[in-house]
Amino acid sequence: MRFFRQTMLAAATLAALCLSLCPAAAVDLTMYYPVAVGGPVTKIIDDMVARFEKENADIKVTAVYAGNYTDTMTKAMTAMKGGQPPQLSVLLSTDVFTLMDENAIVPIDGLVADKAWFKEFYPAFMANGQIDGKTWSIPFQRSTIVLYWNKDAFKEAGLDPEKAPTTWDEMADMARKLVKKDASGNTARWGVEIPTTGYAYWMLQALAIENGQKLMNDAGNEVYLTAPKTVGALEYWVDLSRKHNVMPMGSIDWATLRTDFLEGKTAMMWHTTGNLTAVKDAAKFNFGVAMLPGKERRGSPTGGGSFYIFKSAAPEQQKAAVKFIQWMTAPERAAEWSMKTGYVAVSPAAYKTPAMEAYAKGFPAATVARDQLEHAVPELSVHENGRVYKFVGDAVQAAVTGTQKPQEALAAAQQQADRVLRAYK
Amino acid sequence: MSDQVVISPVVRQPRSYAWWNAVNAWLLLLPATVLLVAFTHYPILATIRHSFFIMRRNGTEVFVGLDSYRSMAADPIFWRALVNNFWFALGTIPTSIALALLMAMWVNRNMRGRGFLRLAYFTPTVLPMIAVANIWLFFYTPDYGLLDQLRGLIGFAGWNWLGDPSTVMSCLVVMVIWKEAGFFMIFYLAALQQLSPDLEEAAAVEGASRWYTFRRITFPLLMPTTLFVAINAVINSFKLVDHLVIMTKGGPNNASTLLLYYIYEVAFTFQDSAYAATLTVVLLVLLSTVALIKFGYLDRRIHYQ
Repeated sequence: MRFFRQTMLAAATLAALCLSLCPAAAVDLTMYYPVAVGGPVTKIIDDMVARFEKENADIKVTAVYAGNYTDTMTKAMTAMKGGQPPQLSVLLSTDVFTLMDENAIVPIDGLVADKAWFKEFYPAFMANGQIDGKTWSIPFQRSTIVLYWNKDAFKEAGLDPEKAPTTWDEMADMARKLVKKDASGNTARWGVEIPTTGYAYWMLQALAIENGQKLMNDAGNEVYLTAPKTVGALEYWVDLSRKHNVMPMGSIDWATLRTDFLEGKTAMMWHTTGNLTAVKDAAKFNFGVAMLPGKERRGSPTGGGSFYIFKSAAPEQQKAAVKFIQWMTAPERAAEWSMKTGYVAVSPAAYKTPAMEAYAKGFPAATVARDQLEHAVPELSVHENGRVYKFVGDAVQAAVTGTQKPQEALAAAQQQADRVLRAYK
Repeated sequence: MSDQVVISPVVRQPRSYAWWNAVNAWLLLLPATVLLVAFTHYPILATIRHSFFIMRRNGTEVFVGLDSYRSMAADPIFWRALVNNFWFALGTIPTSIALALLMAMWVNRNMRGRGFLRLAYFTPTVLPMIAVANIWLFFYTPDYGLLDQLRGLIGFAGWNWLGDPSTVMSCLVVMVIWKEAGFFMIFYLAALQQLSPDLEEAAAVEGASRWYTFRRITFPLLMPTTLFVAINAVINSFKLVDHLVIMTKGGPNNASTLLLYYIYEVAFTFQDSAYAATLTVVLLVLLSTVALIKFGYLDRRIHYQ
């Protein structure tokens, strides 16, 4: 009995102590996020999270860097199946079908009182996440592919340094003039490089759009890889290296391409706008940023990551997650994020902030990706996204390494994609 | 003292001891048994079972019989991984064993700097896998990498070592030999130091050449070690994942996809645990076959001292 009384007393004291010392119990959130570009991105995120926590003492956010987009998705899904899912994550906007199929995420409509919030974002970015009348994701680090060009190299090759190519033919022509050989006849500078690892499907989609071809249907259960214009897109890509000799043969690495451009090993590169600030900070030459050149039309897929909220999070965690997302995507922060990385700020209001206006005035390249949005189409997004990306990526690599003709490579990818997508018809 | 007092415990004791011995033995075996069952036998059986089912998106399991095996037989990436694994094993195993033996014989002699040389050979083994991958990435990176820098000095153009399907596998093989040979060397070194010098001296008295001594005496006596090392090498050749994740992601176009990497990709990137289980069964059968060959055939043909 005495023992019981003592225990009770101790518990009561502890409870009283806690009530007086700890304010309302804090909500813990874990967030996974990817980095797919250069620059000190983890530092920028940590800094933003720290400021959010300062303003919202009742919410604690643990931001975990989880590799590239694929790695982050893998980590999130594995954690979920292991029973320890994060409460929110930044994942590819195109992972939405997979996340829905896995029953991993909740629609955000039910968590916000004021639906007008959704209207603040660029419709092109919201499009990926809005399915069956529900909003499944909020855009964050969104991008389009842009063409970076080295103005000094253009001048050296006798081209107008202020004029980027606007058509495929023009790009091949200019690239030919930009190739530079060294004394022993080896190529010291290539005309153009388009990356073939990491996000090859994304680059192929850009070329296909420009050639006037969609890659998938809206229901996300069909892809059009063997359409003549898709094949034509891949043929042009392969021709750049094998016919025009303006691009290196074999695969071109997504992660080292930025270095190639900065070292002057290629005069032009196709890359995400998310790299813009990293290029700006490191370039020792004048460079420009342009919309991608077109064939039948101009165009780029949108790309990049959005916020998702996980179903398994407790209601107060989901509420806190929305609060965090609203803070991170508010116009001032979106502008700040865009200036620090190069990603497209997700709302028009962000471009009207004084800071962003001043920045864009001094550095017009900062708005190219946004302006390209009017030509943009949604990024390739289907069920079994990871698998389909791999099939397309394999086909691109088979073609650029010369293992298969574009036609055969894409036919093989189409066949495999059809097999895994059959279940979703 | 009477006779009974002496005899009776002798008669009774063996019985109680036998009983206690049995309990004792089982208790001693228990921790190992539990671990073995929980982390080896149960997962194997669960994997085999899982390969006959598929997981519906709503979480229910559906029995599909051999369907997964049929789609595996029709999966070009699986066959590609299997063929790659075969060439990878063939490329790494004999060379790393031969190199290990050579290095062990070399550092087993009395010479200056022996300790340093042994250390140098062993260093790759103690490096973390990811560090190894990054070091070799530094060698292989086109244009900036060490290899291309050296080629550049003599006027050759850069080569896309890991981005070219014709070179990527050889690049991995060279790296793995570099990493494994030093590890296997340690076993050979230990074995060489166990060998009795009598036989070698006898051979020297008989006037046998060094090559003859190695071929007829040293090498046969090292056979148990060679077998052990060979089994390890086979297992390792199926175990490579980390380097692929860092260096090639199985590319370009699956030219460097190995079986376990493909299993990892299917299980975690594609979240298809049923198909991953099916692939794992293949890996299991392959490795069990190796074990059977070792225990059933090779062990009997080898001379243990």
